[in-house]
Amino acid sequence: MTDSVTPPAGTAPTVVHGPKREGTPALEARGLTKHFPVGRGKVVHAVEEISIALPEATVTAVVGESGSGKSTLARLLTGLIKPTSGELLLDGKPVGTSAKALRAYTSDVHLVLQDPFSSLNSAHSVGYHIERPLKLHSDVRGAELDAKVVELLDRVSLSPGAEFAAKYPHELSGGQRQRVAIARGLAVRPRVLLADEPVSMLDVSIRLGVLNLFDGLREDERLAILYVTHDIASARYLADTIVVMYAGQVVESGPAEQITDAPQHPYTQLLLSAAPDPARDQAPELRGSGSPPSLVNPPSGCRFHPRCPFAMAVCKEQAPPSLPVGTDQVAACWLHSPEHKAEADAVSAQI
Amino acid sequence: MTAVQAGPVLGEPVLEVSKLCIDYGLPEDGGVRAVTDVTFTLRRGEVLGLAGESGSGKSTLAYAIPRLLRAPGVITGGDVIFHQRPVGGGPSQAVDMLTADAETLANIRWVDLSMVFQSAMHALNPVARIEGQLTDVLRRHRPGWSPAQRKERAVELLQMVGISADRLRAFPHELSGGMRQRVMIAMALALEPALVIMDEPTTALDVVTQREIIEELMELRERLGFAVIFITHDLSLLLELADTIAIMYAGRLVEMATATELVRAPRHPYSQGLLNSFPALHGAKKRMVGIPGAPPSLRAMPAGCKFHPRCVHAGESCLSVEPRLARPNGSFSARTVACTLQDGSRPTPAELALPDPAETAPSRFRTPAAAVPAPSDPNQNLTVGDLS
Repeated sequence: MTDSVTPPAGTAPTVVHGPKREGTPALEARGLTKHFPVGRGKVVHAVEEISIALPEATVTAVVGESGSGKSTLARLLTGLIKPTSGELLLDGKPVGTSAKALRAYTSDVHLVLQDPFSSLNSAHSVGYHIERPLKLHSDVRGAELDAKVVELLDRVSLSPGAEFAAKYPHELSGGQRQRVAIARGLAVRPRVLLADEPVSMLDVSIRLGVLNLFDGLREDERLAILYVTHDIASARYLADTIVVMYAGQVVESGPAEQITDAPQHPYTQLLLSAAPDPARDQAPELRGSGSPPSLVNPPSGCRFHPRCPFAMAVCKEQAPPSLPVGTDQVAACWLHSPEHKAEADAVSAQI
Repeated sequence: MTAVQAGPVLGEPVLEVSKLCIDYGLPEDGGVRAVTDVTFTLRRGEVLGLAGESGSGKSTLAYAIPRLLRAPGVITGGDVIFHQRPVGGGPSQAVDMLTADAETLANIRWVDLSMVFQSAMHALNPVARIEGQLTDVLRRHRPGWSPAQRKERAVELLQMVGISADRLRAFPHELSGGMRQRVMIAMALALEPALVIMDEPTTALDVVTQREIIEELMELRERLGFAVIFITHDLSLLLELADTIAIMYAGRLVEMATATELVRAPRHPYSQGLLNSFPALHGAKKRMVGIPGAPPSLRAMPAGCKFHPRCVHAGESCLSVEPRLARPNGSFSARTVACTLQDGSRPTPAELALPDPAETAPSRFRTPAAAVPAPSDPNQNLTVGDLS
């Protein structure tokens, strides 16, 4: 599992997470950091130094517990909140700060929110919701506009589109509302779709329908999709790459099936053992109890070390670099560092 | 019956619900029926998992059992019999919950039948300390206890759910979501009830916390022997903790079987669809479809089988005749299902006619020691046999 090109600790180059594809990714974030001030000079270290690339026609899943910073990451990528440091590149070009540049950016990067019951305005019809972005970002008007609305609704399997356009949100089920939210996002022909827990408020039996819709959009629209979720099984189902976040940092990333079949970071292993799995024959063993740390005063070194059953001396002192642990798979964990191999083996043998 | 029973005594019923119907609003005011003809028996120490989508009536049912349903909810038919154990011991007495007066109900609620409400975030009083909220129920139901005794019990309860005693003076906002949920569970167990109804107790929690709480709960269940009605929309979770699973759809029970039977050999197309809605954590990736359509509105219930508009197997009879819960054709188990595919009138599709699993394994969280007295080590078993 070790790699000869592993750089020495402290001088680790930035690891860019996300699916590995040829060419320029549709959206790339470099060294994104967000600290929220909470008064008296204190800050919440919500997102720390995350570099992620979203190539077109791929789905990247961001998985983590609540408070891991996954939603903050999605919001940083939309440009809705300003990062403390770091930059965004759309098709390889830095995103400008002028109002015009930001407006162009919002038409290329769209966010689908978690709760379709509050993200739609109950006073307006479905058609209105989809017309808005078209009117704001294009010159389509009149009959052409109506035709476009119907076409968009059909594309998210709300047919007949004309009938749905006349309905109001309260007449729709949760799954249908989420489809409206997605159609609204597609209206401006975005390059990137950011979906923050898009199915967690939906009924179990209709979740797959929405996930399959995302899957289809990846192919048909060549969209770069970021799927933020706490459900690692659905991440495996939909995504090409899974990025696991803990306490504002990426602890592991790699191809989806590799992450679920051979997790290398102790936190990913903990998440997987805790997930309900009907195929399991006996109760899983949980390694690492407790809850995520406060992000105002995050633990020194590796942020997972207070919960980690494998914690070594170095883990308390130095934050681990992202180390290669498989094909395109990296884990930020000292257990995979060649310098600490002897100690890591000893710790693992004890458990 | 003077000896105190340790552990669950399976077999003796603790709750019998039969033909329960619940409406919202009266029929003359355009009311809708939320729960229709629900019948089940819960035995002491049993964990019944109640799974269904939102609007399937599972929470309505949970609130109706202890008569906590608020207007416009009305119980319009059926029976709820609770078998109450008298304080001094002796055979349990059947109490008709639907006709019981306020005093009888007050002596059953929380003493014999308690509830863990959905979303602990809102169920605790934000301006009262944990101690006050935990001892409140003791003040009402253990009038003879001194404040010191009550506090001692509160400490004991907190420790039972893995919270240190110094959190007693904390306010709810000082606790994490998982801890608040643990406090709710401790509160429900304060008077050692025979039945705990849990309405989506872990839905708002992270998977790791959820797993910890479920493990704790199952351990406590082993030790204290209470029965549980566990309500959730997460069927994959139920499969790991329930003895019996009842699937609700549009206010009706459509299938009831042991957890193993349900996961290995579902008989109702809806149960099968639900099971196929959870992507697997392992194995080959395959495209899954879920269930087409959405659950029906209570105001526009389809005729016949309520699932037929979404069912791929729907036949002529499904459109008009509502199937009743019955043992599936060819099964020798105690399971029941409400589907015409299983009554022998139509050929059953192969995927809905898988053989029942031979042995119904006990819930996976159950420790071998607490189940039936069967030592896990066969050699040890021999020694015991030799000695006797």
